[in-house]
Amino acid sequence: MKIVVCVKQVPDTKGGVKFNPDGTLDRGAMLAIMNPDDKAGLEAALRLKDEYGAEVTVVTMGLPKAEEVLREAMAMGADKGILVTDRVLGGADTWATSTTLAGALRNIDYDLIITGRQAIDGDTAQVGPQISEHLDLPVISYAKDIKIDGDSVIVERQYDDRYHVLKAKMPCLVTALSELNEPRYMTPGGIFDAYDAEITVWGRKDLKDVDDSNLGLAGSPTKIAKASDKVRKGAGEVKTDLDADGAVSYIMGKLKEKHVI
Amino acid sequence: MDFTLSKKHEMARQLFKDFAETEVKPLAQEVDETEHFPMDTVKKMGKYGFMGIPVPKEYGGQGCDILTYVMCVEELSKVCATTGVVVSAHTSLCADPILTYGTEEQKKKYLPDLASGKKIGAFGLTEPGAGTDAQGVQTKAVLDGDEWVLNGSKCFITNGEVADIYIVIAYTDVVEKRGRKVKSFSAFIVEKGTPGFSFGTKEKKMGIRGSSTYELIFQDCRIPKDALLGAQGKGFPIAMHTLDGGRIGIASQALGIAEGALERTIEYTKERKQFGRTIAQQQNTQFQLADMATKVEAARHLVYKAAMKKQEFAEGAKVSYSVEAAMAKLYAAEVAMEVTTKAVQLHGGYGYIREYDVERMMRDAKITEIYEGTSEVQRMVISGSLLK
Repeated sequence: MKIVVCVKQVPDTKGGVKFNPDGTLDRGAMLAIMNPDDKAGLEAALRLKDEYGAEVTVVTMGLPKAEEVLREAMAMGADKGILVTDRVLGGADTWATSTTLAGALRNIDYDLIITGRQAIDGDTAQVGPQISEHLDLPVISYAKDIKIDGDSVIVERQYDDRYHVLKAKMPCLVTALSELNEPRYMTPGGIFDAYDAEITVWGRKDLKDVDDSNLGLAGSPTKIAKASDKVRKGAGEVKTDLDADGAVSYIMGKLKEKHVI
Repeated sequence: MDFTLSKKHEMARQLFKDFAETEVKPLAQEVDETEHFPMDTVKKMGKYGFMGIPVPKEYGGQGCDILTYVMCVEELSKVCATTGVVVSAHTSLCADPILTYGTEEQKKKYLPDLASGKKIGAFGLTEPGAGTDAQGVQTKAVLDGDEWVLNGSKCFITNGEVADIYIVIAYTDVVEKRGRKVKSFSAFIVEKGTPGFSFGTKEKKMGIRGSSTYELIFQDCRIPKDALLGAQGKGFPIAMHTLDGGRIGIASQALGIAEGALERTIEYTKERKQFGRTIAQQQNTQFQLADMATKVEAARHLVYKAAMKKQEFAEGAKVSYSVEAAMAKLYAAEVAMEVTTKAVQLHGGYGYIREYDVERMMRDAKITEIYEGTSEVQRMVISGSLLK
């Protein structure tokens, strides 16, 4: 079985988000990590590899520095890494990104493509399903469990209050939730091997069946008007002069006032 | 000359840091308080290869360099010195001498299980009457047919009861040297469960309280003839060389303890307010922190340099790393003691309370000045090389 996992290098938002004066993300000032949903997708692929035997290829699109997430994935156990990088691909929104990744994936054999549900920097959850559209594949999103049954996958799709069990014939695409699993650590020897390994680097010319008008900033229909950090909440209101019943009715009143209930 | 870590070393450091923060730090206080050996953590470390970092891949190890191993002990010790010394004693004092002096059969028999953490290693040289003075060793091994018969005891053995494989130093001859009778030592590999091999009492310690420190007792303990490690009569150089490597491990542990204490203190002084401002805004605090950080950085350079020198040896160069290891251990241990003491002082009363990590770190730091050669022994080694 051949599994491809799409991963993205994203800024680590744990330490807060930093912006350039023009409102774009100051990526240089933030640590870069593998997007958590993608990491869960990779872990799911590695578990399938452990259980059924598979070749796992990781693909990322980004700056040359994004090869770090490929090395990390290989240090965890992925077999191959492909970096898609080119100046003309910069500034891509979800449409241009999915077009690019689909153009790269057309060069590879696969039975299963796994992507994260969404990236913590954009939070759109669009790229995975869009890739499946470009490649004309069935897609199951929000996977919290993935099993293989012959030439099909059986996936539990998580909703807020329920889950669906879906079966799809491979090749297909699954988007993974970070709740799917607890990703394994790398191993020290895996890291050394990953840095000795060759990473395949593809540019615009290597993308198959894509039109320039759908690539990079120019090919992105999304235009960002403004970006801002979360607005700090006020200190809140402290009431100390209420008994238990009074406190309950006060809170209920506030919730009604805000149309929460 | 380049002081920048390579990308793979940076990634390895990040791995050890993430593992330490997630898996080790939450248990550190309990491990200390209950004197509980962190076996679950050791199993996890085994799974991820931390128990065989410098062991070549052909023997089931990770095939990484000494610097990577050093960074592992350092990052673990930043949050839990007990976990740091478990890895250090296992790797430097058991896997390393087998790798360096073992026969191909011994390497194949023992290293894969050690490197995967399936088995834990320990080393026994010290005895009640012989610490720094190795000639005081009373444990004796006599060849009887196809077996060696061991009698004697070893004390203060790290990983004592939890280990499965022990490197034991015993005297096998008394020879004449410059008109004096001196003992000639040999090294042996002893497995847990061998009849005649038992454990004495568990030591109750000031620091690294989770590490299992025991007395080993040998009473007519018969081990196969081929359990001899290296040549007969070469036990003393084997022990000394093993301790040179061990000192790099302990120096890394000391470095980690000092770094951990510095990190906690920086966090604390930015939060603690006195006289209307944080204590980090007081010049005394700033100067203390500057001194602590400078010494930690100097210690790191000595430790990493010793690691690089041992790496040269591991790659086949005919070099000694004895002096580098002694300097790294001497300095890092003293820095650990100084920095943790200052950390407690900067924490004020809270630093004396068990709830705060620096209290444990100060107790943990002390042993780094004592075991695997006291600071005084390191000074002997260093001055010996200057005055020869």
